[in-house]
Amino acid sequence: MPNEAVPKSAKASASPQTSHITRYAVPYFPGCALKDQAVGFERSARAALLRLGWELKELPRWNCCGTVYSLSTDDLMRHVAPVRNFIRVQEMGEERFVALCAMCYNTLKRSARFVAADLGRLSRINAFMDEEPDYRGGVEVLHLLQFLRDEIGFEEIESRVEKPLYGLKVAPYYGCMLLRPREVGIDHPDAPETMELLFEHLGAEAVNSPHKVECCGAYQTVANPGVVRERVREIVGAVARRDADLIVTSCPLCTYNLERHQLSITGEEKTRHGIPILYFTQLLGFALGVPEGELGLGGAAIDPRPALSQLVGG
Amino acid sequence: MGQEIMERIREANEAVITGIDDADIAHWVSIYIMGKAYRVPADITLMQAIEYAGYRFVRGAGCRAGFCGACATVYRVAGDWRLKAALACQTRVEDGMYLVQIPFAPAEKPSYRIEEEAPAGTTLLKHFPEIARCVACNTCTKACPQELEVMDYIQAALRGDLKGVAELSFDCIQCGLCSIRCPAEIVHYHVAQFARRLYGRSLPVPGHVVERVEEIESGVYAEEFERLMSLSREEIEELYKKEQREKGGLKSDDASRVTRNGQGEG
Repeated sequence: MPNEAVPKSAKASASPQTSHITRYAVPYFPGCALKDQAVGFERSARAALLRLGWELKELPRWNCCGTVYSLSTDDLMRHVAPVRNFIRVQEMGEERFVALCAMCYNTLKRSARFVAADLGRLSRINAFMDEEPDYRGGVEVLHLLQFLRDEIGFEEIESRVEKPLYGLKVAPYYGCMLLRPREVGIDHPDAPETMELLFEHLGAEAVNSPHKVECCGAYQTVANPGVVRERVREIVGAVARRDADLIVTSCPLCTYNLERHQLSITGEEKTRHGIPILYFTQLLGFALGVPEGELGLGGAAIDPRPALSQLVGG
Repeated sequence: MGQEIMERIREANEAVITGIDDADIAHWVSIYIMGKAYRVPADITLMQAIEYAGYRFVRGAGCRAGFCGACATVYRVAGDWRLKAALACQTRVEDGMYLVQIPFAPAEKPSYRIEEEAPAGTTLLKHFPEIARCVACNTCTKACPQELEVMDYIQAALRGDLKGVAELSFDCIQCGLCSIRCPAEIVHYHVAQFARRLYGRSLPVPGHVVERVEEIESGVYAEEFERLMSLSREEIEELYKKEQREKGGLKSDDASRVTRNGQGEG
């Protein structure tokens, strides 16, 4: 069902910001970081999707995904936040939505499976949220990478590329949240290739990234920054030796760690020597010809623009 | 002078329900105030009922008009398992109510100099990191006597949306019931006030405010202020009534309504 060519939600609408015709809309869950620390992620995603004829339709009154999936099976309170978001999707008359932040995707997807696995849990959550209509189940959580791959299709994306990324060496960094646990992974947990395929369809070269499915150190960055620094040294070092121009992620926390700890290694606040970290939507948008101002590149601590601008000339 | 002002405040705060003969009251309800049963006239407010029962408010009463948030009340109604919350001055008694006054919410409040705070979303998390504990249970929203979407503004705070917090919380009267009920121990109303201050400072100052401040500073109103300050209380009241009549906004008996107390059991 999710891979049908024309979704039920298909809706014709035109955006005043673009000359490209928007044919379809898909419900979209931003997550808190995309409204504050990672605004470039959302901005570039919206702009890139418009180029592909899709509008990201933000869930009304969405709330935090819950941030970290709770592993205790009897702590139903931790699933109230995800389920409340599923109710918002249901109220839109929709059956699925996309998330961009890998962390939100993971938490929401696992929670959707958790309540689907035991309707007793769902009925208790519904009974607690007596101010809301019941969640009936069945809302499908998708990550935007899945959506690009399975719904829009990489071939279609390739046909829309305006600035092919020839010669650009891009290292993918999946981290944990897109791939594990296996049941919610968007690709093979040890040998994923979705990002590599996307980069190649955009004209870039995907750099072999041996630590691409490993953890960045995540929240250890608060209490044990030294641990994260060592992780980043390994992750970035391996792709630096392979001459990567950019590292691409889908997670604001991975991005923060990979940027900040590169800087703490080199000891500079802003540096041109480190490897810039981009969200996959920024790379996609750039290749699709989204103007640089709409990609939100300015906020990066390691400026990616020198690496990208060398493409425009040759 | 100070004593005279306090006397006036005391007079203004005396119970409104006075001078009524029990024989004239047709309908009665039974309520419980801090566990003790009382029979009070139906159709009066919780605050009036508590005073009718003989209590005198020394805390937990303020404007008596639903604006100050001082009279937060927690109650249950017999036969209903829900714990409810209301403003005592704005809610009518119901038969079988169990009432407890919450005159003060012991909420942690950070101190800050607003002019030194960046009008950015992360500033909220810096001072109120506990907002990240929100599990979206919505208990705060259910407790709000102003019927605000309290949880929604905490969610807006989490994503750094100062404007969203300011707009969603605009009618907050700081009664503290949300914070008393929150399982994550968030101090919603302080978060909201801080966000409104930050957001307000980030807005451009409207032209009419700039003009008026210039007028005040250049002394345009100095003479009139001095004249008003020299008037007696009676002269000011007379002036007020005259101006209100000219505007057509005051009925003849409004300004002279007097309320007196004197009834009660104890």
